[in-house]
Amino acid sequence: MSSSVKLPTRDLRLATILRLSPTGNAGDAVFRGAMFCAALLVLLIVGGMIVALAVKSLPAIREFGFNFLISREWNPVKAQFGALPFIYGTVVSSAIALLIGVPLSLGIAVFLVEQAPRFLARPITFLVELLAAIPSVVYGLWGIFVLAPFLRVHVEPLLARWFGWLPLFQGSVTGIGLFTGGIILAIMVTPIITSVVRDVLAAVPNSQREAALALGATRWETTRVVLVNGAPGIAGAVMLGLGRALGETMAVTMVIGNRPQISASLFEPSYTIASAIANEFTEATQDIYLSALVELGLILFLVTFVVNGLARVLVWNVTRKSGATA
Amino acid sequence: MPQSKILTTTFWLLCLCLAVMFGSCKGGGGNVSLQGAGATFPNPLYQKWMSEYGKLNPNIRIDYQSIGSGGGIKQIQAQTVDFGASDAPMTDEELKGSPRELIHVPTVLGAVVLTYNLQGVSKPLRFSPDVIADIFLGKITKWNDPRIKADNGDLNLPTGNITVVHRAEASGTTYAFTDYLAKVSPEWKQKVGVNKSPQWPVGQGGKGNEGVTGQIKQQPDTIGYVELAYATQNRFPVALVKNASGRFVEPTVSAIVAAAASTAGSAPDDLRMYITNAAGADAYPISTYTYLLVYKDQKDATKGKALVDFMWWGIHYGEKYTGSDYAPLPAEVVKRAEAKLNSITSGGKPLR
Repeated sequence: MSSSVKLPTRDLRLATILRLSPTGNAGDAVFRGAMFCAALLVLLIVGGMIVALAVKSLPAIREFGFNFLISREWNPVKAQFGALPFIYGTVVSSAIALLIGVPLSLGIAVFLVEQAPRFLARPITFLVELLAAIPSVVYGLWGIFVLAPFLRVHVEPLLARWFGWLPLFQGSVTGIGLFTGGIILAIMVTPIITSVVRDVLAAVPNSQREAALALGATRWETTRVVLVNGAPGIAGAVMLGLGRALGETMAVTMVIGNRPQISASLFEPSYTIASAIANEFTEATQDIYLSALVELGLILFLVTFVVNGLARVLVWNVTRKSGATA
Repeated sequence: MPQSKILTTTFWLLCLCLAVMFGSCKGGGGNVSLQGAGATFPNPLYQKWMSEYGKLNPNIRIDYQSIGSGGGIKQIQAQTVDFGASDAPMTDEELKGSPRELIHVPTVLGAVVLTYNLQGVSKPLRFSPDVIADIFLGKITKWNDPRIKADNGDLNLPTGNITVVHRAEASGTTYAFTDYLAKVSPEWKQKVGVNKSPQWPVGQGGKGNEGVTGQIKQQPDTIGYVELAYATQNRFPVALVKNASGRFVEPTVSAIVAAAASTAGSAPDDLRMYITNAAGADAYPISTYTYLLVYKDQKDATKGKALVDFMWWGIHYGEKYTGSDYAPLPAEVVKRAEAKLNSITSGGKPLR
């Protein structure tokens, strides 16, 4: 950058400015320096979080070791802590959320990009993005007052009657449990997956569609071509949705029953990592209790970190080929 | 004037106005501000106390956050608040883990009541202690179980499963309830124990007294335990419990007072009292004191004096705001609490 300019070595200030800004403009240099510091701040925050979580959870890691991940017992009285019920609750509720949410989101996205007339596409897109903006607590309130009674009265008895031979749908029907938690998560991840998939599908070049149609493909086959084209982006969107489902706290804690147990039935109450931390953190008086909760947080942080990282790479890969926003 | 200059000038003027506004918000000299945190159960009462006391002493400002008994204990141990509040007295370990000596000052009494959501039941249910323990242990699972019917002969009990609702987080209410269950059921004492946050054999968790009442309200065939105030304010049915003398007692203020009466004269030195399953024909068996936790040696003399004066006012005059949800302290306990307040010092000198 400064190769053609000979600098006196004492003039560090000029050298710094020239390094930061090719034009040698001091204002530019200051601006660039400030932006770099802002970006560095983000890295420091993330690094700080990892360090804080790791340090605070060391007592629990030392006390329980690997057993923490496979033990089912969560007993504050006897100071015995095991993460398995929470991992189970988090994984299963997120799995239900994806099972229901992904087909739904794909359907909405395909409709919005491929089929909807323009006067319909815009309001629906707006409404879907509005759903993403609703706070988690509001979802929780709606869940406990509207969704849970609805499921208890209309949906769960039917499931119990038709599929009661599966251990998944046995047990007493109360409306509060893993099933309701999964459904509310499905509703919460749908807007995110829909928005990203919509952008991904819109980023597929029209030439693909035209080529398919020119070869005599039906509407559905054309759509299939588009979907295959955007598959890495769709996978990324699904992972983003998964990332949200894993970390969702307030909505889930209000409808999941808050019981650290592993049960085959989806109607039974359960517990997720985020709910456990939210419920028990302020009251954990023993140090080992606190440390166990922080270790739960560390597990969740690492999982979400990995999932979100993969998602970002996949989505970025697809959308950088065209000019669409990620 | 170019538009950017107008915008910048307006922006800086706005900043100036805000700075002046916030700068002038600070009160004059002589204001004392106290911070407290802890139990959710006495929160409505403490808020009333603070507002009434504030009217009498406008230069003293007291804030209380109801984060739960466990939180209150943690905060006072960490010295981030001036006083803590807890339904459950601190354990010996917790006291040993505190930086300086902490005093328990009892303020009022309350009751943990059993509330439920049952269709078609016209009179309040009656429960024997062993039935309650077995319901919460998961051994009694149906509402029309013969043991429940035995105490409620003339009621039409539904045939559904019992859904138990308990607290999801650590709570003084839970402590009092498990303390009672451990006294009446050896199996409970051995299997679960007494704790603010035990490992519940069955049931769903609700967050706070509010969460438990919410879940009971929304689901039929549920039973749970809450503080008396929450049940009465939500107009929930409240069960009668058989006490140690064999009578079914309704949780009323007089029943709570009766529960405290038997132990009032023989309170231990540190005033940590457990009055569950108390003797007395009219005693309600699941009653509990609630305490304020303060350091015996106050670091700040002004704040310490304000705190001691407030507590003195509370145990003498605050009692008239208890209404029908809390019971006032027995006279002997008031005397002992006075002695405790008189013993609080700052820098070696007593504050009263």
